Amino acid sequence: MGKSAFGYMFFGFLLMGVVVAMSYPSTKGENLSVLLDNPVEDEAYHKMMDVLMSPRCVNCHPSDNIPKQGDDRHPHYFGMARGENNLGYQATNCTTCHQTENNRYSGVPGAPEWSLAPDKMKWEGLTRNEIARSMLNRQHNGDRSLTELEHHLTEHELVLWAWKPGVDAQGIPREPPPVPLEEYRAAVKEWIENGAIVPED
Amino acid sequence: MKISFTINGTAQSIEIADENTPLLWVVRDILDLKGTKFGCGKAACGACTLHVGGEAVRSCSYAIKFVEGKEVTTIEGLGNEQNPHPVQQAWIEEVVPQCGYCQPGFMMATAALLNKVPNPTDEEIDQNIINVCRCATYYRMRKAIHKAAELQAVMNASTETQTS
Repeated sequence: MGKSAFGYMFFGFLLMGVVVAMSYPSTKGENLSVLLDNPVEDEAYHKMMDVLMSPRCVNCHPSDNIPKQGDDRHPHYFGMARGENNLGYQATNCTTCHQTENNRYSGVPGAPEWSLAPDKMKWEGLTRNEIARSMLNRQHNGDRSLTELEHHLTEHELVLWAWKPGVDAQGIPREPPPVPLEEYRAAVKEWIENGAIVPED
Repeated sequence: MKISFTINGTAQSIEIADENTPLLWVVRDILDLKGTKFGCGKAACGACTLHVGGEAVRSCSYAIKFVEGKEVTTIEGLGNEQNPHPVQQAWIEEVVPQCGYCQPGFMMATAALLNKVPNPTDEEIDQNIINVCRCATYYRMRKAIHKAAELQAVMNASTETQTS
């Protein structure tokens, strides 16, 4: 191999290195939203977001302070809304009807800490990438580190309720998220281990 | 299983096979307190509203196991003819009920509201009192709720004077 060919190859590899370095986050492991120049076909990311975009999750992350119900995402009946503490109004609040587990007779769903997601965690109407960026932003995610975020997404009982959503008022089982729980957990873990990269829109 | 709780100030223990039996069933069919009504069975109408630990709950959708060690108050425990609760007194003065079926639930919801918001605005009433009345006595109930707030304020002032 001639010196000039070697030089071109060396320069080529150097250029590739620079491009790769610029494309990936220098803050891997930090809790920052990461934008790439090109969409990343990340199976784990999309699997996770398929879950987080489902009505079981977004219904309690409203953008208009009104919880949603059902797969058609209709506004919560009876005029219920966020209230001052994400728990409804003073005397009529979440726990007036929702307890710490599903009620199989009335069809009222329930889980520990049943409440709306806080005001800063409005997901309704956002794209999956916007939700992911919001979720990574400590100003919006309850000041959670990536480790804490992973725990919330994979262990928090209120989140896990989505896979045991019980029956509705007609006795019809609610639809769980489109990805099985263990597959979802593995996807979240993989996405975070790989730097929690969010594709650019 | 055995469940122990207090209802209208009296300690109570019951044996029940299904711990998920609705509290409403126990109150009406086992304890024979018929003031609390069954309406929809879906926590939607509010006819079954009573208090657990001072909070309004829909007893048709409240498993009996959750009352263990707690204090339950039904319309019978709110007051009586000789000594009515301000809400009951206001309901009488404003002649609120028509058929009356839903009214215990409304009165329990109102009592819970006045404990949290002693002088509620119309907006706060609309937000918190969301029971259903098929006779549409809502207009009279709104007046009664404001009246109850006044009566409760007078009663509280009187109590404070007596204790000071």
